[in-house]
Amino acid sequence: MSSKISRETFIRSIADLLRKAEIELPDDVVDALRKAEAIEENQVAKSQLQAILKNIELAKNHAVPMCQDTGIMIFFAELGNEFQPGFDLEAAIKEAVTLATVEVPLRPNAVDPLSRKNSGDNTGSGIPDIHWKLVPGKQLKITAAPKGAGSENMSSLRMLNPTETGSIKNFVLETVVNAGGMPCPPLTIGVGIGGSFDAAARLAKEALLEPLDAPMNEFEKEILNAVNALGIGCMGLGGSTTALAVHVKTAHCHTASLPVAINIQCWANRHASIVFGEVE
Amino acid sequence: MEYHLQTPLKLEDIEKLTARDIVYISGEILTARDEAHARILEMEEKGEKLPFSLEGAVIYHCGPLMQQTESGWKVVSAGPTTSGRMSKMTPLLLKNNEVRAIIGKGGMKGVADALKNRCVYLAYTGGCAALAAELIKEVKTVHWLDLGMPEAVWVLRVEKFGPLIVGIDSKGKDIFAEVREKAEKVLERMQE
Repeated sequence: MSSKISRETFIRSIADLLRKAEIELPDDVVDALRKAEAIEENQVAKSQLQAILKNIELAKNHAVPMCQDTGIMIFFAELGNEFQPGFDLEAAIKEAVTLATVEVPLRPNAVDPLSRKNSGDNTGSGIPDIHWKLVPGKQLKITAAPKGAGSENMSSLRMLNPTETGSIKNFVLETVVNAGGMPCPPLTIGVGIGGSFDAAARLAKEALLEPLDAPMNEFEKEILNAVNALGIGCMGLGGSTTALAVHVKTAHCHTASLPVAINIQCWANRHASIVFGEVE
Repeated sequence: MEYHLQTPLKLEDIEKLTARDIVYISGEILTARDEAHARILEMEEKGEKLPFSLEGAVIYHCGPLMQQTESGWKVVSAGPTTSGRMSKMTPLLLKNNEVRAIIGKGGMKGVADALKNRCVYLAYTGGCAALAAELIKEVKTVHWLDLGMPEAVWVLRVEKFGPLIVGIDSKGKDIFAEVREKAEKVLERMQE
């Protein structure tokens, strides 16, 4: 694909990308859920996991959003410094969101935070939320990651003391216990450590995009095992799989601080990517 | 045990249910979440009449994704929302109305007492919205659309809506509370 993409084609592609993210989960997520169902011994939890797998199949076959909470529209964009779109990318993404809201359709979720008035088309001040990263090259990669509120509401951020690195695991466990069945487990847990107040949260969100079959380091495994020992299980009804994966991302931070953000993701770890521009 | 219930629900329909039983509901259910709960309580406080009946009603914590077609509203995707957000408003709602079942996900803290001898909490698998939409046969009507699509009260005709797990029964047994207490004990042991 040339980097001289037309605005119309771009909008079409982003609307289609949103549709894909809403109706079809990435293979690694489906595989992880299948494994969780296979090893589950708690019959209630097993029935819940079976319903989830059936729902995933139904949504894909009928081309309808797998969850009625089609989320708040979040995009991660990696913009090559030599990619020249020739039009306003942000405005085009916004237009694609409006288009997808009607076409897919998506539930209008974006409201003014204080008046609670719904904009009706999933756009508004700061929404869609687009995270730009400038990278070398001639390509533009866009990942759509619509995020539901049930799991987002259970996320947490603390500014720990620099000497409290040993309590990070406990912070994750407390967050998961407090959330119980509310964020629709089995979860993916993104942990952002370091950076600053807002950078930690961004790292945690980026960690949710890691493939679920990516190898976890010892720290991540230790947290995952402890989370699953809690027995909260699928939908908080008890069971052996409370989380499918824990992914940690770090950044250097001020010597006097230790920001830790935990972004909780429901079983429907929705995301889809597309690359525009010349193959390098 | 597995039960098939028809709305409007009677007290004896739900008194026989025990936590972990499986239930299927047929008939009419009403969606209500944050804003609808707030409006119901506000109107009742002022002594105003609701535009729908909650007598023997089944309330579904759901903000559905609907599509308007030439022949009316069509359900696209309609799974349960997090019930926890309605926990504070539910005891008064149950005191004022003979609601017999609440369908939602994630459980409700501090509501088991208000449910006693009145109502049950039924858990539907969170996120299973395509599955739920298959079991909703008709959108009968919608109230309070001014609250926005997710927050409006949608009156739905369902057939064998489930499987629903009895999460909190009318005798005070609460699976979510049991699981939570166990998890808290495990966490305490880990912290020792």
